[in-house]
Amino acid sequence: MTATIAGPRPDQEAERTGFGRVLRAEWTKFRTVRGWMITVVLAALLTAGIGLWVASGGQSSCGLVLPGGGGTAQGCPAAPLGPGGEAVTDSFYFVRQPLRGAGAVTVRITSLTGGNSSDNPGGPLTAGLQPWAKAGVIVEGGRRPGAPYAAVLVTGAHGVRMQYDYTGDLAGLPGPVSAAAPRWLRLTRSGDVLTGSDSPDGRHWTRVGQVSLAGLPATVQVGLFAASPDAVATESGSPTQATATFDHVSLSGVTAPGAWRGAAVGAGAAAGPLAGGFQQAAGRFTVSGSGDIAPAVANSSTSSKPADQGLIGAFAGLIAVIVVGAVYMTAEYRRGLIRATLAASPRRGQVLAAKAIVIGAVTFAAGLVSAVVAVPLGDRLMAGHGRPAFPAGPLTEARAIVGTAALLAVAAVFALALGTIMRQSAGPVTAAIALIVVPFFFSSPLAVLPPGAGDWLLRATPAAGFAVQQVLPQYAQVSNAYIPQFGYYPLAPWAGFAVLCAWAAAALAVAYWLLRRRDA
Amino acid sequence: MNDALRAEWTKLRTVASTGWLLLGAVAVTIAVSVITSSALSCTSSAGCHPDVTKLSLTGVDVGQAIVAVVAVLAVTGEYSTGLIRTTLTAMPRRGTVLAAKAAVVTGPVLAAGAAAVLGSVLAGRLILPGHGYSPAHGYPGLSLGDGVVLRAAAGSVLYLALIALLSLGVATAVRDSGAATGIILGLLYLFPILGQVIGSPSWQRHLEQIGPMTAGTQIQASTGLGTLPISPWAGLGVLAAWAAAALLAGGLLLRLRDA
Repeated sequence: MTATIAGPRPDQEAERTGFGRVLRAEWTKFRTVRGWMITVVLAALLTAGIGLWVASGGQSSCGLVLPGGGGTAQGCPAAPLGPGGEAVTDSFYFVRQPLRGAGAVTVRITSLTGGNSSDNPGGPLTAGLQPWAKAGVIVEGGRRPGAPYAAVLVTGAHGVRMQYDYTGDLAGLPGPVSAAAPRWLRLTRSGDVLTGSDSPDGRHWTRVGQVSLAGLPATVQVGLFAASPDAVATESGSPTQATATFDHVSLSGVTAPGAWRGAAVGAGAAAGPLAGGFQQAAGRFTVSGSGDIAPAVANSSTSSKPADQGLIGAFAGLIAVIVVGAVYMTAEYRRGLIRATLAASPRRGQVLAAKAIVIGAVTFAAGLVSAVVAVPLGDRLMAGHGRPAFPAGPLTEARAIVGTAALLAVAAVFALALGTIMRQSAGPVTAAIALIVVPFFFSSPLAVLPPGAGDWLLRATPAAGFAVQQVLPQYAQVSNAYIPQFGYYPLAPWAGFAVLCAWAAAALAVAYWLLRRRDA
Repeated sequence: MNDALRAEWTKLRTVASTGWLLLGAVAVTIAVSVITSSALSCTSSAGCHPDVTKLSLTGVDVGQAIVAVVAVLAVTGEYSTGLIRTTLTAMPRRGTVLAAKAAVVTGPVLAAGAAAVLGSVLAGRLILPGHGYSPAHGYPGLSLGDGVVLRAAAGSVLYLALIALLSLGVATAVRDSGAATGIILGLLYLFPILGQVIGSPSWQRHLEQIGPMTAGTQIQASTGLGTLPISPWAGLGVLAAWAAAALLAGGLLLRLRDA
């Protein structure tokens, strides 16, 4: 006799169709309750609608733009783009001359001081040096904002750095600069390769870094510069200025050294005491400048917003899916249907799993549709209102869109698990909203908690999941209020999402255990 | 009306959850206030929160959610068990039923709110001087003898009562505890969050003027009264208008609908 068994064993088959049957039953229950379907649609509409309203609302700081076309229709210019495609800030005071081919510039810096306009707008500056105030030598590949560059510079509080192409940042000699501890800086160009070196005495040189800049033209601008970024504040930053003293300035490779010419460059060129300038006397240069050469970051003084502005409505959508997620389970208890459900499918874990899959899939689909609509439309609305969005790569935008859908789905499953644990609706809805939405409210530095405590809330509570919406990177070399209100979260995108998933998984485990152990 | 009041009071009193939830609201309010007061330190004048009165009442921002649940359950509990049909048979004047419910929910909420607010102010009075909010830094201790502090404290108790009435109205209109809780918490928390993220000071101000929570909690302000989006009592008036509108909508639907 040969083997006659073909196909899966009967009990295996029954098991598989068993779960399929439970899944279909749960989907039928969900689909046929009109209120739940309406609420899911409402969640999608709220997510997209509020996002688009926020994107179209407000005004650009470069001229009032009223919805409907009234008002003055002058918008903010889009931030210049750096070589890597990211938005950058490129404004500083530049004392320069052209350099063709290979060459080097060497200087000694003996002081770096700063002033802040916060106490006295428009008037004399009060003393105060920004931690990332910069002065040094720079080679820039053109006068177009966002052109490739490399620079060796001293900073207010971060020692000597070599920075290039806006995002690159290498550390050199530590410590502040002073007449007693001057800093010698040298920048050498050879083709596309730039080498930065520093020295405490002009004799012993250390290489800080060597970088290759793509797209550097044959003739570049070489010279001295000073810049000082806005003082950091959560409400509004204030412009500042840095002043540096250079001597022992030497230039090699320039066949016919011309006169040094100074000018404030970039869109942020200010007037009044912040306009900057330079003086040259007996080999000493004093250069003052404002602005920054760095990647652009979002804060209250930037009119541009991160590209995920259209996803802000997820708060409202979350509340709606939390209600549906909780009620999807508690309605069974309220109507006594749970006894029929468990009689029909005695494997209680399967019932819970089927419900989680149904609610997760439905809310994911709703979130995906609304995010796919809200992000590109929101970007376009903001640009139309004179507030162009910071560009983000397509992969980053896709992660924010899919992440928002997943955020809604996991929140709904979390609420479902809480509903299973508590068996009535008001408790799980309150708990889920208090854990997911309210921490964001408390994390605001404009509210009461100090920033550290607010950060902690966004690391440990399920609200950490909002991190998956972050599209702008944080930069160590740019001081900024990196807070949720400007689109920055304390955890990395997927790490924050994992925290939310861990909460949902823990709640599901407790729900499974209670569902099995308790009488219905 | 007396019978209606007594009936509603009996129903509210004999449900175990009412007492526990109100106790929870008091505990959570005081706990959050204590945590907030302890998390802050005022070492230099720059890092100090200017409004210690509002600071010490932070717990109200969270405790209000539980107060809302108490009010929601007072209504939706009747619908989930079908008791509402008995209630309306015994008391066919539906407006009276809702009025009696509003009265008996408000009483215990006022009592619990007073306990929570007094505990929070007391905690602030004891904790804050130890974290630098001392007379040396220009912060006299919190005292209810101070007219502004008294207004903030008494106003916060009224605030919680108005939140309960708003919740009662919404719950009567939607009849489902999950949906009612979601709507109320959405109304409360979405306005301040949207105000924070919208990135436009004038829109933020408008949102704070019309939001039930953002307007209502202005009653806690004790400094910078000139820069508030809306004055303290007017803000509480906005919340009262929300509560009145919700009760009106709930009352109308209760009259017009089959139970």
